[in-house]
Amino acid sequence: MTKKISKEMSVENLFASVGGQQILKGINLKIKPGKIIALMGPNGSGKSTLSQVIAGHPNYVTDKGKVMWQGKNILNLNPEDRAKMGLFLSFQYPYELPGVNMYDFLSTCYQSIFGGESHKKHFDKKLNEALKALKLSSSFLDRSVNEGFSGGEKKKSEILQMKILSPKIAILDETDSGLDIDALKIIAKNITALKSPKIGFLVITHYKRLLKYLKPDEVHIILDGQIVKTGQYDLVDKLEKQGYGWLK
Amino acid sequence: MVKDIKINRQKYDFKDDIDYIFKAKKGLSENLLREISSKKEEPEWMLDYRVKALAAFLAKPLPPWGANLSKIDFSNINYYIKPSQKSSTKWSDVPKKIKKTFDRLGIPQAERKFLAGVGAQYESEVIYHSLKKRWTDLGVVFCDMSEAPKLYPDLVKKYFGSAVPFSDNKFSALNCAMWSGGSFIYVPKGVNVAMPLQAYFRINAPSMGQFERTLIIVDEDASMHYIEGCTAPVYSKDSLHAAVVEVIALPRSRVRYTTIQNWSNNVYNLVTKRAIAYEGALVEWVDGNLGSKTTMKYPSVVLKGEGARADILSVAFAGKDQHQDTGAKVIHLANNTSSKIVSKSISKDGGRASYRGLVSIAKNANNCQVKVNCDALLLDEKSRSDTYPTMNIANKNSIIEHEASVSKVSEDQLFYLMSRGLSHEEAERMIVAGFLEVFAKELPLEYAVELNRLIKMEMEGSVG
Repeated sequence: MTKKISKEMSVENLFASVGGQQILKGINLKIKPGKIIALMGPNGSGKSTLSQVIAGHPNYVTDKGKVMWQGKNILNLNPEDRAKMGLFLSFQYPYELPGVNMYDFLSTCYQSIFGGESHKKHFDKKLNEALKALKLSSSFLDRSVNEGFSGGEKKKSEILQMKILSPKIAILDETDSGLDIDALKIIAKNITALKSPKIGFLVITHYKRLLKYLKPDEVHIILDGQIVKTGQYDLVDKLEKQGYGWLK
Repeated sequence: MVKDIKINRQKYDFKDDIDYIFKAKKGLSENLLREISSKKEEPEWMLDYRVKALAAFLAKPLPPWGANLSKIDFSNINYYIKPSQKSSTKWSDVPKKIKKTFDRLGIPQAERKFLAGVGAQYESEVIYHSLKKRWTDLGVVFCDMSEAPKLYPDLVKKYFGSAVPFSDNKFSALNCAMWSGGSFIYVPKGVNVAMPLQAYFRINAPSMGQFERTLIIVDEDASMHYIEGCTAPVYSKDSLHAAVVEVIALPRSRVRYTTIQNWSNNVYNLVTKRAIAYEGALVEWVDGNLGSKTTMKYPSVVLKGEGARADILSVAFAGKDQHQDTGAKVIHLANNTSSKIVSKSISKDGGRASYRGLVSIAKNANNCQVKVNCDALLLDEKSRSDTYPTMNIANKNSIIEHEASVSKVSEDQLFYLMSRGLSHEEAERMIVAGFLEVFAKELPLEYAVELNRLIKMEMEGSVG
């Protein structure tokens, strides 16, 4: 039982601010291995802030509370140490790295996570499989990270990184935004294929369009920095029809 | 790639205990100049040239612009040190201690692998030079510049000082007076030297003045790539490196000159480089300045013949206590000439990088094209970047483009990389390597790897 608890990430009474403004006001949430947890909410409700705080963006300040994982409050750790523990954040707006090509980027990240002993051969194999599954050509690897990428390519690149780095917990921040229907299907398929007892997902979104493929185990609704409703997939349908008004 | 590179902090910073064949007293004098000239058995005209140049040096003030040079103590410099009896063409003939130096720097290995020829200068003299037989058979010349006035008097007399006259600036005058060593290259008509020629310059003694002189003549329809690298150990006293490089690109030739300058942080690096491009010729300067205390260097091309082209890529890394005042200069004198200047600079830990550029188009030079692009990357608040572009355009039928940008490494970019498991330092380095990618891809692979290694050392502040 103890072991199981340590694999689950537990957000406990979390208050956090950015630029002097408090955005998160007492979040409690568990991200569990083997489960897909959906977090929905309107713009400005704190969805993305939660993902940035968990991953460790330096601009966000924790006012109170903790995020326990593998026996540690990870809020005390550097972002790279959280990543090495197996945390992955798929960015809503991934940043451009001019002149850094995708291959060097991916292989450097891979080595950072798995150490210098990790085998190049294993990396290349994993990379080729992931490219294929995401319907990306190998010339994608020669391009500068996120520079000139279409919306779909940016999100595919994030999922590609996730597949290479094999996280234990993955937070997908609005992965469905900026995607056409074909790219959405491919990405949904790739996420579902990763589903296993070894990985827990937190899927942050506005819409049903990605969730209808992922079939989340739990759905949480965040409003003004607090989780106001928790339920199952039928909650997604209700939101789609009625919006957030009824929760206020 | 960035992570594959192992650091060896001591690689460049070691001092050899050498018994020099001849070491001049500190300070500058006409007697010393005459002694050098006579040791080299120079023709009369060269001695006269030196004497005139010395007068010009003494008469000229320090440049009123650019980096601060007021701390240079010209009386406390060793102007000439001869490390060995003669320049060898066999590696085994090089004195043991000096050989060890270049072994540590990886010179002979590189030659075997991917170079057409190698020259190595230690203090004031070239101690080794070689050119593979394949190229000597085709009439290519690659030798110690000190020997060239004797061996190739006509070429030297015709071109020496033709691109950079001694009166050009104070430091070209100093070089013309005291020059010793450097490379002389001649590539005959139509010969394409497919592998690079490399020269390596090493300062070992403290308070050393190194004044090598390089003259490259590439004849019609010929091509060549020359690479130079420079290092020195760290001393508390400053050294001075004032080189002059002249490139003569005859009609339809192609010349590329690549520099990776990694002097230690006590070297003043004040270099004049200029090429004359005749009709249809292409001259490329690929100039990387990572080391030195102060660099002032603006590789130049005079586009003298119709359709000649200049391509200049200048990169500078200014760390703690460094001022890199670098840039480029292009003079369009003929119709349909074109030039492209790309400058990239990085400033860190209070370092200062300045871009100084001059493009001029003569009144009768029609349909010229100019493209200038300057990007500066600042890694922290206390570092500095400046841009001093000058354009003198006397002709109305030309196309000029100029772009400049200054960027900072953003918290967001760093966080993105750190969220993938990279440390802050690794993330910063990756962004810098990306910024310099345009430079790295112009280098032969071995140098690109070396560049990454140097950047890693610079970023850790372990150089100098």
